[in-house]
Amino acid sequence: MTDPDVPVAAGLLEANALEARGIVKAFPGVLANDGVSLDLGVGEVHAVLGENGAGKSTLMNILAGLYRPDSGEILLDGQPVEFNSPRDAIEAGVGMVHQHFTLVPSQTVTENVILGLASPRFLLRTGRAEAEVGRLAKQFGLRVDPGAKIWQLSVGEQQRVEILKLLYRGARILIMDEPTAVLAPQEIDELFRTLRSMTADGRSVAFISHKLGEVLAIADRITVMRRGKVTAAGMPAAGSTRAGLARLMVGREVIETVERTPARLGDTVLEVSDVDAVNDRELPALRGTSFTIRSGEIVGIAAIAGNGQSELAEVITGLRACSGRIRINGRDIANASARQAIRHGIAHIPEDRTGVGSAPNLSVVDNLIMKSYRTPPIAQGWLVDTVRARGVAEAMRERYAIATPSIDTEARLLSGGNLQRLILAREIESEPDLIIAVQPTRGLDVGAIESVHRLLMARRAGGAAILLITEELDEIMSIADRVDVMYEGRVVGSFPVDSADIERIGLLMTGGEDAVADAAAEAAPAGGDAP
Amino acid sequence: MTIRLEPRMWTPRWLSPLTTIGAVVVALFISALILAFVGGDPVRAYLHIANAAFGDVGVLSDTLVKATPLILTGLACALAFRMRLWNIGAEGQFLLGAWGASAIVLAPTLPPGTPAIVVIPAMMVAGAFAGGVWGFIPGILKARLGVNEIITSLMLNYVALFWIQYWVFGPWSEGGFQQTEQFPREAWLPRLTDVATAVPAFSGLTIHLGFLFGLLAATLMWFLLNRTRAGYEIRLIGDSPRAARYAGIDIKRAIIVVFVISGALAGLAGMSEVGGVVHRLQDRISPGYGYTAIIIAYLAHFGPFRVVIASVLFGALILAGREIQPSGVPAMIQGVILFSLIAGDTLVRYRIRIDRRQPSTAPTTTSRA
Repeated sequence: MTDPDVPVAAGLLEANALEARGIVKAFPGVLANDGVSLDLGVGEVHAVLGENGAGKSTLMNILAGLYRPDSGEILLDGQPVEFNSPRDAIEAGVGMVHQHFTLVPSQTVTENVILGLASPRFLLRTGRAEAEVGRLAKQFGLRVDPGAKIWQLSVGEQQRVEILKLLYRGARILIMDEPTAVLAPQEIDELFRTLRSMTADGRSVAFISHKLGEVLAIADRITVMRRGKVTAAGMPAAGSTRAGLARLMVGREVIETVERTPARLGDTVLEVSDVDAVNDRELPALRGTSFTIRSGEIVGIAAIAGNGQSELAEVITGLRACSGRIRINGRDIANASARQAIRHGIAHIPEDRTGVGSAPNLSVVDNLIMKSYRTPPIAQGWLVDTVRARGVAEAMRERYAIATPSIDTEARLLSGGNLQRLILAREIESEPDLIIAVQPTRGLDVGAIESVHRLLMARRAGGAAILLITEELDEIMSIADRVDVMYEGRVVGSFPVDSADIERIGLLMTGGEDAVADAAAEAAPAGGDAP
Repeated sequence: MTIRLEPRMWTPRWLSPLTTIGAVVVALFISALILAFVGGDPVRAYLHIANAAFGDVGVLSDTLVKATPLILTGLACALAFRMRLWNIGAEGQFLLGAWGASAIVLAPTLPPGTPAIVVIPAMMVAGAFAGGVWGFIPGILKARLGVNEIITSLMLNYVALFWIQYWVFGPWSEGGFQQTEQFPREAWLPRLTDVATAVPAFSGLTIHLGFLFGLLAATLMWFLLNRTRAGYEIRLIGDSPRAARYAGIDIKRAIIVVFVISGALAGLAGMSEVGGVVHRLQDRISPGYGYTAIIIAYLAHFGPFRVVIASVLFGALILAGREIQPSGVPAMIQGVILFSLIAGDTLVRYRIRIDRRQPSTAPTTTSRA
């Protein structure tokens, strides 16, 4: 998918914009970077690929001045530099867009862009800044209204503001930590166009990702890291294959798509009919949502963030009030409590692993018994049998390969993939009838994604009904049996995965069939949607 | 050169107790400086405090008597704080507990001549109940209406104080004094000195049954937190309310229950104080035990057994206040300890990093004594 129109001038690639040599960085108990080198050419997109905990983010944070390396050096345009803070780095033209944005929600785009700058010093005259922000936005195709308040913006737009912040400060080198993790497919395309226009302008981009497809689509060269070391340095993306990259990342062959056995469908387990609900801002999120899932079936909900899918998961798991009917095995559980939902055999793999799915400062044992502490054998009347709890936890740690120093370790010290394995272990262990999995593989590396998929497929074979809510269409296509498309709180299309037309699903996700007709009629790209 | 704080990704197990001890040591050092500055001799003052609090069996017993209400109110705060429920009302719950226990004797609820074996349990129940009611009010207000519990529990302290004053000035006043008549012996918690006829060594030791309540309560609270379903829920809510909701826990119910237990513990402290020490109700029954309890709960990092240790330390400081002139010195030390603790907490959560502005030749040359 490398765009042939974009010239990657061979001459430009000769000079290195930024270079890291022999970077070593240790954290307590972990050698995050062990002699890592990276060269970022002028005008290139350089992807850094690796599993969670491979040391990619550490390296990027060092390049951006957030951490200091224990040893090794950084060269900017061939000259050794030392960044003591992100401010040093940005003054030298190196800026980083973090996974979690650092924006002030109540301020406008322009105000956020100039926040912390030396000028204007006292009086806020945003007029000039606003014009400049608008110009940069236009030049690099970053569609966002400079006068809009941050809280009004979508995640994708907020990311554009982060990029604008760096461009406004004159960044020549952009470091992006998993920029696509939060984006919808269309937004990813837009981001890639922006990145291309920046490299065409002589800027360089270092880009962290887990997603092989994306890396091949956007990167000029690829560096792969594993366990703090570089396993492939600056390979041209042109000759690389997904399988080859995956092997370099995890050190073994990865079956990217889990083998799918034919579905053995049973009775209807979940029946959602005509459900309405509001979101946290009291705005309608679900408007007459209806669908069913049968035993042994995985139904994927394809939707762009904010179209009601998060609320749907909460409504079914008893975390949000609703109107309408939700039946599990024929019994109405609409507006039941979360505890009743658990008792009815509904497992929930929540979107927010650290905030909802686990208690960060409690031990692995305490996190593993979160759903089972009130039933025997772990509960003995009013008491918790800690000996049994520990036994159960040890067994689960073994069976689900949760890598942790001990079961007494605090959950926050687990890596993303291991934390998700912990959550899955807890939710799946009781063999639930229904599993609500929300973004179960977001931010995970290839190996962890595979193990999550395997576990879900095993439960499917065991007769569970599974609702898979994800923003990754690929994920739905690889493990779901049916795809239901949600748009503005309604299911607007339902297809068996085998015969699903991705183009059509994409259109439905972005505004239904009408958009197809409109686009055909106007035969022109849709205008900027004003915030 | 710049000094920066970096969040810790990983906290060694020994760090937290070490900073606590370190904070106390630093606080004693700062206090010593202050003492020296105003012309005192810190070494002599500290020796005097140590002697006055731990010097012999007699004063050690007095220290433990002072520690007793602190243990129970400290546990009350520690339990609530564990769930991030800021019960600032232990003082008021203590007073209500003292009032409830007194009511058994003074109302009178039991006929005169009822043996101690009946009177004392009745006082305990009444004290814990009255304190529990006082905890229930902020609890239900927070659970049902989302009212900030810091404000309500704090305000109720003043209500409780006026309530006590009404009774000791009015219906229960002993001849117009701001106190009730002395309780009959059946309403006194047994003291070691009470059995001095059998064991002469106990003569003069005022330590009473309330101290045992404190130790028992600490043990029960440890058991509650670590071995029961309710305790698991408290720990889970305390760490992550959203995860607790996801696990199907009724947080509102837990808020009310914990506030009631917390209030009952503080109420028991009030009962223990009127039954074990003062033997009557008076309006100045608490020199601020319920507020000191907040410091103790923090000092103990909400751990039940550590509450006992911290309470003994503070009991010693209070006792020493009687011996030292000016008597404000131990209170000053308490305040400095609190400040040091809060400052020390930063070290638990952050690392200090010293950066030199000039490009250094090697990254290891940053330390400076």
